[in-house]
Amino acid sequence: MEQIVFFSILNGLVFGMLLFMLSSGLTLIFGMMGVLNFAHASFYMVGAYVAYTLGLRIGFWPALVLAPVLVGGLGALVERHGLRRVHRFGHVAELIFTFGVAIVIEEIVQLVWGRPAKSYQVPAALDFPLFHVFGSAFPAYKAFMLVVAVAMFVFIFLILTRTRAGLIIQASLTHPGMVAMLGHNVPRVFMIVFGIGCGLAALAGVIAGPVLGTFPGMAQVLGSVVFVVVVVGGLGSLSGAFVASLLIGVLQTFAVALNASVGNVLMGLGVPAGASAALHDIWKVTVAQVAPIMPYLLLVVVLMVRPAGLFGTRET
Amino acid sequence: MKAAPAPAAARPLAVADVARAGVLRRHGVWLAAAGLLIVLPWVVRTGAAVPIMNQMGIAIVFALSFNMLLGQGGMLSFGHAVYFGLGGFLAAHALNIAGRGGLYLPVPLLPLVGGLGGLAFAALFGTFSTSRAGTVFSMVSLAVAELMAASSLIFDRFFGGEEGITTNRAKAPLLFGLEFTRDRQVYYLIAFWVFVAAVAMYAFSRTPIGRIANAVRDNPERAEFVGYSQRRVRYISFCAAGLFAGVAGGLFALNYEILTAENMGLNASGAVLLMTYIGGIGAFVGPVFGAIIFTFLQSMLSDYTGMWLLYIGILFLATVMWAPVGLAGLMMLHAPAWRGRRLGRLAGPYLVAGGLGLVAAAGVIGLLEMVHTVLIAESSTGLKRLFWTTVNVRTVMPWLVFTALVAAGALGLRWAGPRAATAFAEANRPGPAQP
Repeated sequence: MEQIVFFSILNGLVFGMLLFMLSSGLTLIFGMMGVLNFAHASFYMVGAYVAYTLGLRIGFWPALVLAPVLVGGLGALVERHGLRRVHRFGHVAELIFTFGVAIVIEEIVQLVWGRPAKSYQVPAALDFPLFHVFGSAFPAYKAFMLVVAVAMFVFIFLILTRTRAGLIIQASLTHPGMVAMLGHNVPRVFMIVFGIGCGLAALAGVIAGPVLGTFPGMAQVLGSVVFVVVVVGGLGSLSGAFVASLLIGVLQTFAVALNASVGNVLMGLGVPAGASAALHDIWKVTVAQVAPIMPYLLLVVVLMVRPAGLFGTRET
Repeated sequence: MKAAPAPAAARPLAVADVARAGVLRRHGVWLAAAGLLIVLPWVVRTGAAVPIMNQMGIAIVFALSFNMLLGQGGMLSFGHAVYFGLGGFLAAHALNIAGRGGLYLPVPLLPLVGGLGGLAFAALFGTFSTSRAGTVFSMVSLAVAELMAASSLIFDRFFGGEEGITTNRAKAPLLFGLEFTRDRQVYYLIAFWVFVAAVAMYAFSRTPIGRIANAVRDNPERAEFVGYSQRRVRYISFCAAGLFAGVAGGLFALNYEILTAENMGLNASGAVLLMTYIGGIGAFVGPVFGAIIFTFLQSMLSDYTGMWLLYIGILFLATVMWAPVGLAGLMMLHAPAWRGRRLGRLAGPYLVAGGLGLVAAAGVIGLLEMVHTVLIAESSTGLKRLFWTTVNVRTVMPWLVFTALVAAGALGLRWAGPRAATAFAEANRPGPAQP
């Protein structure tokens, strides 16, 4: 039991921090531009693929740096030449545009890299068990993921609160008109933030690719969960995204690890088993099966009880 | 311009005339549509035409119901296929029960079952989905879609797991002795329901509640001050959209006789957004165009290339960026020119620009297909069939040709585009035609 709890917490932390790497960029972009970037997870996927291809030539470590930079540049281009044009048609049009970008990116990934999954491997330098607890090993690569995510969090936090550029970004979040009046080029700030957000998503892809798999559906797998994180945490709130990421990461990991079915639980409570055939499906539902639903149930509950999200200050 | 009042004696006759002309003018489009639906299978006689038209009919109902949300209510849903799929599953189960003699349900009434199913689930999920508009609504619809996708894995009695629910329309009781064994018989059944559903959805958009839905889309605060609860208005629109999505699902069930969880997945919801937007969300007829184009491209392109969704995606992005009014909206922009009888002057510039656009598109398609051949599907010979010829992707020549096509088309469009725009502005200018 301790083993399950310990490793679930650890794995939940890793998964949660990965979610945070994605959701931080997404929530920053939303906070500044009011755009919920549907294609955010697509940039995460492109990051993994680019790093895989670069890694074959120049190795994992240079690719770790280069891939996010390239994908960030791609994101900036999409903002400059696509999103900015659609901006005047309103937020729903922007959401529709990024939805189209997500489709096109997924198709292009299949065009270039094909449909089967790529064997993107954990680098040899990190392919060893870090420590053994309760008879199970904890891989060093997961610890590395955790370190990268925490470093990124600290980095973003310092930039946003301690530098001049961060102050301008923060001011643009709430008072874009005033910032423009002071002589800053707000559209360019938007473009840079969009590019950085996409770059961060790509970084998440680079380090998650070897663990979660590098395949054309990887954007869809994580995309919706990241939206849940951002909405539950409160749209535009970085600290909310952080808390919600860890919450959902741990919640999902625990649910997967537990293997009790509804029938088992009810039997434990003294309810007779095997009721009727109509309830058969519900009876044999296990907690692990419910795991994929959990984030969405959480989203619906949060939106009903606290529409602005856990840490959000505004509703739209 | 208002006609001068007629002399008293002539009035009754004149009124009757006006009324008769009014009937034709008001319902002429619908009568023409009904006539077209009736003669279509006798006009288009190629092999796969009728099954594709059946598919189009289902897509039309689905896209129209989607536009009740997006176009008329301003709600962007990423989970509209949920109501399509649930309606379809309920219809399929109902048909199976009817086939076993469990209830009297003739095949023609099946879409009604689907519609009621869609309505029931929309009424349930709408209670929390419609409390907010805009981005939050979109997110909740996405969450509901994911919830249903995950639930379909759990409740495999209802959703049939991987292989889905199959049904058989031949076993159901007959109504007026009508059988549905051949494609054409099914076509007329689907055409009937498409017509009925389209009329009903158009009528809904003309009712006070349909009008208020537009008001809530444009300015919810003001609608509240007039005395309408925006939540309630959105809820009613949502339920109506769910009803017709369910009708489309019921049509799907009786046409294909199988439903899988994929039919209510995210990709199905995305497809309906694509087709509706390409057709145009601002006009009632837009989704009809979109559904026809999307289904046509889907069934035609998938014969030639595995990347049909990429091309449709690019078309969609181009629509969002350069023509957000969609195809129907573009056509409506030409109404003043049509009334001023100046449409003919646009033909020249449009033909030039359209031809150049086709050249550029051919170049892009050629390059994409060749990239695909080189990277993924390389045959040992390096040969690839493209545009009625065979090219060898290992030689330089085809790359040069297609790059040249892209360049020529793009440069030409830079020259022809502004000219077409000028011609358009000229043709739309009010007042008499300039020499």
